[in-house]
Parts: sequence; structure tokens; C-alpha cells
Amino acid sequence: MGMTMTQKILAAHAGLDSVQAGQLILANLDLVLGNDITSPVAIKEFAKLNKDGVFDKDKVTMVMDHFAPNKDIKAAEQCKMCRDFCGANDVTHFYDVGEMGIEHALLPEKGLVSAGYTVIGADSHTCTYGALGAFSTGVGSTDMACGMAIGKAWFKVPSAIRFNLTGKLRKYVSGKDVILHIIGKIGVDGALYRSMEFTGEGLASLSMADRLCIANMAIEAGAKNGIFEVDQVTLDYIKAHGGAEPVIYKADEDAVYDQVIDIDLDKIEPTVSFPHLPENAKTFGEIGDIKIDQVVIGSCTNGRLEDLREAAEIMRGRKCAKGVRVIVIPATQQIYLDAMEEGMLKIFIEAGAVVSTPTCGPCLGGYMGILAAGERAVATTNRNFVGRMGHVDSEIYLASPATAAASAVTGKITSAWEVMGK
Amino acid sequence: MKYTGTVIKYGDNVDTDVIIPARYLNTSDHKELAAHCMEDLDKTFTSRVQPGDIITAGFNFGCGSSREHAPIAIKASGISLVIAKSFARIFYRNSINIGLAIVECPEAVDGISEGDKVEADLDNGVIRNLTTGKEFRTEPFPEFVQKIIENGGLIQSIADGVIE
Repeated sequence: MGMTMTQKILAAHAGLDSVQAGQLILANLDLVLGNDITSPVAIKEFAKLNKDGVFDKDKVTMVMDHFAPNKDIKAAEQCKMCRDFCGANDVTHFYDVGEMGIEHALLPEKGLVSAGYTVIGADSHTCTYGALGAFSTGVGSTDMACGMAIGKAWFKVPSAIRFNLTGKLRKYVSGKDVILHIIGKIGVDGALYRSMEFTGEGLASLSMADRLCIANMAIEAGAKNGIFEVDQVTLDYIKAHGGAEPVIYKADEDAVYDQVIDIDLDKIEPTVSFPHLPENAKTFGEIGDIKIDQVVIGSCTNGRLEDLREAAEIMRGRKCAKGVRVIVIPATQQIYLDAMEEGMLKIFIEAGAVVSTPTCGPCLGGYMGILAAGERAVATTNRNFVGRMGHVDSEIYLASPATAAASAVTGKITSAWEVMGK
Repeated sequence: MKYTGTVIKYGDNVDTDVIIPARYLNTSDHKELAAHCMEDLDKTFTSRVQPGDIITAGFNFGCGSSREHAPIAIKASGISLVIAKSFARIFYRNSINIGLAIVECPEAVDGISEGDKVEADLDNGVIRNLTTGKEFRTEPFPEFVQKIIENGGLIQSIADGVIE
């Protein structure tokens, strides 16, 4: 029986000729990731294993991004614990304030992930690296601890849904609209325990930023991983960022999929997910006048240079609407620097937005933009659960950077098409 | 493995942000996490939960973040078992890894009400509603997973050389 992309990667990493859905395997890991929230729990568990050190100092990485720069004393202590652990274990890829960025924007940028890798991360959005043709999935701290100790993790081999992409996205429509559309279609558990595999002739027109955004939110459909077929765009990206030699796994012709879903990119419209689930996706025909209090442009989903460019194009020469707080967060130091050199920071600041150092901050209601009761935000982040960004009576509307920027200047949820034309 | 307790019942898509809000993730202390468990969904949970109580819930329990703090908070609250129609996958493996008992059984969830007394015998795959007398069957865990649970979680399994 043929295998999917994911099954082929897992078989290779388990030293098996083939695997099938449902099989339990122990797979070798190419990279183990943690952040300042999940690593402290993992470090405590790791200590119980009485190991001399981590399995490979080049294959463990920690990124201080969630509550860093430290939001309070407890957060400072958690970062210190990670710093001390990485120092003691001589971990090569430890990213602290000054070097860090939001982990899932940072790792691809640093060339730490390549096609064909198997990656676990103690962060649910670790599925982002599927955009590079890797098997990559979020786990908890105990899995991270064991991964750091023995370089292996147990998996139940997933079945898959194949998404066959055709056509090309229209102007001001991006990967975020595609994935919100898909989650709206299949639901927040529509891909539970399964892989989402993206293929088709429409792939060629999707930038790496679009792909990273789409793979990033596979978890919001319950998926174990999202993965894109490797093409020239992938290979160029990995080469440009100094990644390891890619290993390309293509699904077998006779691979079995639970479902094949056709997505016509030409037909995707600017999409917004309403509170309190990412599956509550609506297009602008169904959205009335919704006044907002805050806009957040950033996160591991949409804090990349392409995202900032899209927002800057719309905000150039315009002002943020009165009464709307606009927070722009470049996802990494490099993106911050590039945005500065391209003149985007000036555009944002002159429009009345604030520009922050990289941090996950407001996305998970940590700091840097918490909502009060009754407040509404348009955010380019990934979750709009109850209380996610602050008070339990606040509301989050998930949208693309273009929609967020257009909403920032009008003060209500607005499509970029309305501000800029189609 | 046998569990007996009173049921606290929730609906579909209970996410890890309501199980333990991120504002409390600046600590990994089990007691502190338990003190805020379910806070954004059910403010009465921490005051009424008793050791051994059982949570039942709908589909996709534990969706969202990978925070292991979520099953830790539930376990540290005294909950002995979570029965749901389905679990989000990271929450599912985290629970196994830390030794919080969980089981998928849609029929049991539909046949159990808030406050019912329930007994679950997971080795034999039987859940009994002691209040109504109804009985439900469940699938046993795969052998590999059973081995992890029997060894007290993943860390102990590796420390004991059960997994190499």
C-alpha cells in the first residue's frame, strides 16, 4: 500500500521500509524545540532521567519568546532556568533576548529545519515547519524532555487529508485567508489526529510566507501536522537560509487518503474567523459593521516580512482610526531590521501604531496588548478562544495582515479590497 | 486501573486556554496551576472539585496549546479520570505521558449527567454509571501506551529502560 509524505518521513526515521496509519513507532528526531514556558517543565522532567547531557547539543533548541523580554519576576526565573540549562549542556542554538524571535519564524530563518526532517517542539504551532517539507509536530514538555535525552519520540502514524490546490490568490488575499477558509470548511477537529498534506499546481504561486502561515494553523483543525510538497520555492528558501541538504519525500501514486479536498485559490476571499473558535470563518458579505478597539499584526502565524509589507502598503499615508490601538510586532530581529531598512517602521509609527520587539506577548494574553472586558480586537494571530488575549468577555477576530491593516485605518472590521480596491 | 468519582460535566472544544489561562504560565508549580484550573470556563470548579472526581466532556477536549500545564492542572486538582467524546491529540499524549487517566467514549458521555457517580475499569474497558446503573464499553489502550501508563509515565519508562 502506498504511503503519504508524512508516512514516508516517519518510516525513514523509524528505520522501517514502510508504515501504515495507526501503527505505533519510535522515531529518530532531527530537532527538539522548547520555549520559555514549556522548557522549564521539560528541564525538571529531564533531571529525573539522570542523563549526562542532551542527546545532541546541535539538535536541541530553546527560544525565549513567549514572556520575553521578561514580563515579570516569575517569567524572568523561567528564562533563567532555560539559560542555565542550555549553558550547562552546551546547547548550540539557545536564543535569548537580542537574538531571539518568535520561534516558528526564527527556526526556518536560521536554517535549522530542512526538508525531510522530523521535528518535535513543545509548542503546538511547531507544525509550521511542514511548509518546508518536514514532519513537524507539537508535543508537551515530557515529550520534549525525553526527546532531549534520547533523540526519539513515539508516534501513532497518522492517516491524511490531501488538499489539492489550484489557481492563484488574488491581490490582498493571502495564506491566512486560505487556512481560515479551510478550517471554516472542516472545523476545529476536522483533521483530528491526521496529517494535512498540501499539493497541486496551485502550490507554485504560494510564497514561503503563505505556506508557513497555512502549515502553522494546521493544529487549529486538530491536525497532527501540515505538510507541503517540496518544490523549487522550498529548495530556494532552504538554500538561501543555509539549511541542511534537503531530503525530498513525495507521496506514492497509490497513497491512501481519508479525503481529498479541492481548494481553488482564485475563489478564496478575505476571510475573518469570529469569536470564539477559528472555525467561525466568514467572508465580507456576511460581516456587518463591527467596531474594534485594538489591532495586532504579528505572531508566529503572520509576523513575517511579507506580512508587514502587506500591512505597510495599506497603512502608508493613512492614520489609524481614532480610538483604535494598533500593535505591530515583527517576528524576528532580522525581520525588524529589514522592516526598518525598507521604511516600514516609519509608516507604522506615522500612522499611529506602536512597533514592538519580537515576542509572542499578546497572542496568548501574556502582555503587550491585553484586552479589557467588552473590547474587540482584529488579530493576525491563530486562536480566538475565550479569554485568549485578556478578559473572558473580550473578543478576537482572526484575519490576514491586509484585513488587519485595513481595519486599523477604518476602526471597524474591513477588507483591504474596500480600502485599496481589488 | 479502576476509578470511582462524581462527575463534573463540560461541553465540546474545551481548550487549554480555559483549562489553564496563559497568564498563569509563568509558573510550573502544580498546586498553583491547580488553583486556577478551569477558571475562565467554570469559576466554581476549584471550590467544588473533590479528590477522585471525574470530568466528562464532548468532542476535541484539550484543543489548542501544547501546554502540559493543562493536564497537570487537572491532575493536581484531584481529578482521577477524564472521559470525552474525543481529545485533541497533544492533550491526549501529554495526559498519557504524565499519567493522567483519559478515555474516549462518546456513549458514556451522552449517558452520564453532572453529579452522577461513575466507576471506570479501564483494564476491562467498562464504564458504569452507578447512579443510573447504565454500562458502557471502551477500547483498551494499545499495548505500547499501556506499558507507558503501567510504568508511571514516559519519564519512568525511559529511566527503567522500557523505552530505549
